[in-house]
Amino acid sequence: MATAVQTVERENYLNSNYGIKSWLLTTDHKRIAVLYLISITAMFWLGGFFAMMIRLELLTPAGDLVSSDTYNKLFTMHGIIMVFFFLIPAVPAVIGNFVVPLMVGAKDMAFPRVNLLSWYLYMAGAITALTAMVTGGVDTGWTFYTPFSTTYSNTHVIGAAIGIFIAGFSSILTGLNFIVTIHRMRAPGLTWRRLPLFCWSNYAAAIIMVLGTPVIAITLLLVALERAFHIGIFDPRLGGDPILFQHLFWFYSHPAVYLMILPGMGVISEIVACFSRKRVFGYEFVALASIAIAVFGFLVWAHHMFVAGISVYAALVFSLLSYLVAIPSAVKVFNWTATMYKGSISYNTPMLYAFGFIGLFTVGGLTGIFLASLGIDVHVHDTYFVIAHFHYVMVGGGVMAYMAGLHFWWPKMTGKMYPEAWAKLSALLVFVGFNTTFFPQFILGYMGSPRRYHAYPPEFQVLNVLSTAGASILAVGYVLPMIYFVWSLRYGKDAGPNPWNATGLEWMTSSPPPTHNFDETPVVTWEAYDYEHQPQEEITVGH
Amino acid sequence: MAEHKETGSVGHIAPAKLYVAIWAILTALTLTTVLVSLVDIGPMNVVVALVIATIKGTLVVLFFMHLRYSPKLTMATVVAAMFWLFLLLSLTMTDYLTRAWPTYPGH
Repeated sequence: MATAVQTVERENYLNSNYGIKSWLLTTDHKRIAVLYLISITAMFWLGGFFAMMIRLELLTPAGDLVSSDTYNKLFTMHGIIMVFFFLIPAVPAVIGNFVVPLMVGAKDMAFPRVNLLSWYLYMAGAITALTAMVTGGVDTGWTFYTPFSTTYSNTHVIGAAIGIFIAGFSSILTGLNFIVTIHRMRAPGLTWRRLPLFCWSNYAAAIIMVLGTPVIAITLLLVALERAFHIGIFDPRLGGDPILFQHLFWFYSHPAVYLMILPGMGVISEIVACFSRKRVFGYEFVALASIAIAVFGFLVWAHHMFVAGISVYAALVFSLLSYLVAIPSAVKVFNWTATMYKGSISYNTPMLYAFGFIGLFTVGGLTGIFLASLGIDVHVHDTYFVIAHFHYVMVGGGVMAYMAGLHFWWPKMTGKMYPEAWAKLSALLVFVGFNTTFFPQFILGYMGSPRRYHAYPPEFQVLNVLSTAGASILAVGYVLPMIYFVWSLRYGKDAGPNPWNATGLEWMTSSPPPTHNFDETPVVTWEAYDYEHQPQEEITVGH
Repeated sequence: MAEHKETGSVGHIAPAKLYVAIWAILTALTLTTVLVSLVDIGPMNVVVALVIATIKGTLVVLFFMHLRYSPKLTMATVVAAMFWLFLLLSLTMTDYLTRAWPTYPGH
């Protein structure tokens, strides 16, 4: 009898009911997170496929693999998919959706049905954009700059723009849900000063989603309207101004960069504290730095436009304001480092990714200061230097943090451990592959190699071959987790409720959590990251 | 309905007279917009139309959408949205207002 009792699995969100309908009509934030996980993973591989095509074309100086028109479409579709359909939803919609309600001790998001709606809007947007791509593609670059996008491009600009427009609403609804959940659904005793930093950073990202996304949505709608009906917004012949598009576009799209990185910074704060067994150094500063990044992020957009023909006086203002963002970003990096100082550090996979994040984000951030300086920007504008810079932030920062978070919370999401040795190998491959891919691009750009061309002078070949070789290492680094995560679902060791011996409410419920998260509403009487009072057990797995 | 009292806006019932008065003001402002559009006052055309529209929008938000009776958090949300719009317009104008200035002062 005793064995029979043991084999009965505890009810959790995965086994509470079955069938496709129970997933497609679910309002459980955890199941919606899984739906997002599957969808954005598919988009990641599609975007990655386009990236590999770009790298293969650039293996040789001649434009031999694809035509220049196809190449234009490849980098456009790579950008659109990775930015709007992977990076923006990655950490908030997958990890945030799963973890934030657990972290605040709530049964679900504030608006569970709106949460499901946001996934359907995401899918509708993705399918619309993909249809535009399958039926002929887009060649404007992910930035849709006018007048090319409104007047000259003969590709499916309107379809792609409408896809992004729809997906934007998904983003707004997710942001709204975070804001209301964090304001209204916190467990008794969980004050703002006790809130995990992952919640703070998602809150900051939500501000950008709610206040910024409507601007890109309306801007892309204006592009579609001008293309279809020739109303004069951006076309000078009709009384418009093409640079107005860039102002409106970057008003959202620059903060969107912080939208991609902020939730990732929250992931890193959680992981650094857990694997250093210490409270995050200067908790309040790290929390408020998130808000500062979200707000300052809206004051810097025209640094994308220094050579576009804007007023030099405006350029001076924006250059100066751009330096401001370095302050809260540096606060975070220094405070993570100070958290590790004299900590009891364990080198588990999430921590390896976190190390990678801190280093790569710092390189990406510092080269951002180069680009914020007017003089240097004029020299390296639209070169591979810019490509390397934002990939260090978005891939070296954003994707590394997403991978870190996925490894950190995978045991919570599935109740299973992944194989630690393989995971460490993949973290190493990603780090090495990433640097081999993108560091040469800094040099290429500094030497003057422009972006968005499918052919280049022969003297740039060595660095390009290096970059393509790195991309293949990076690809292996991303394929491995895909395999062992799926493997772990069946063969992984049981994780138990708290495999990392971490603090935080999400670790106080079983893994995978029950549908209603907690059997009783938790009452919080302690500070966040109270590792000093956490029983000092060894981390039970991964050694 | 104790919980309605806490959230403020849901439970608030304003006198019908107030709603009628706001409706009358909105109608009057709409009429003003139409009448002003018949007169050409040069660059002020847009300014007048936008000012009237802003007043009307504010009235709708304050009274019909109950912002006036809402908790401070709701007001902060609306103020934040207005502030972000202000950022968008003012920082964009740093470009448009100074684009014609000479690049090298004194030349």
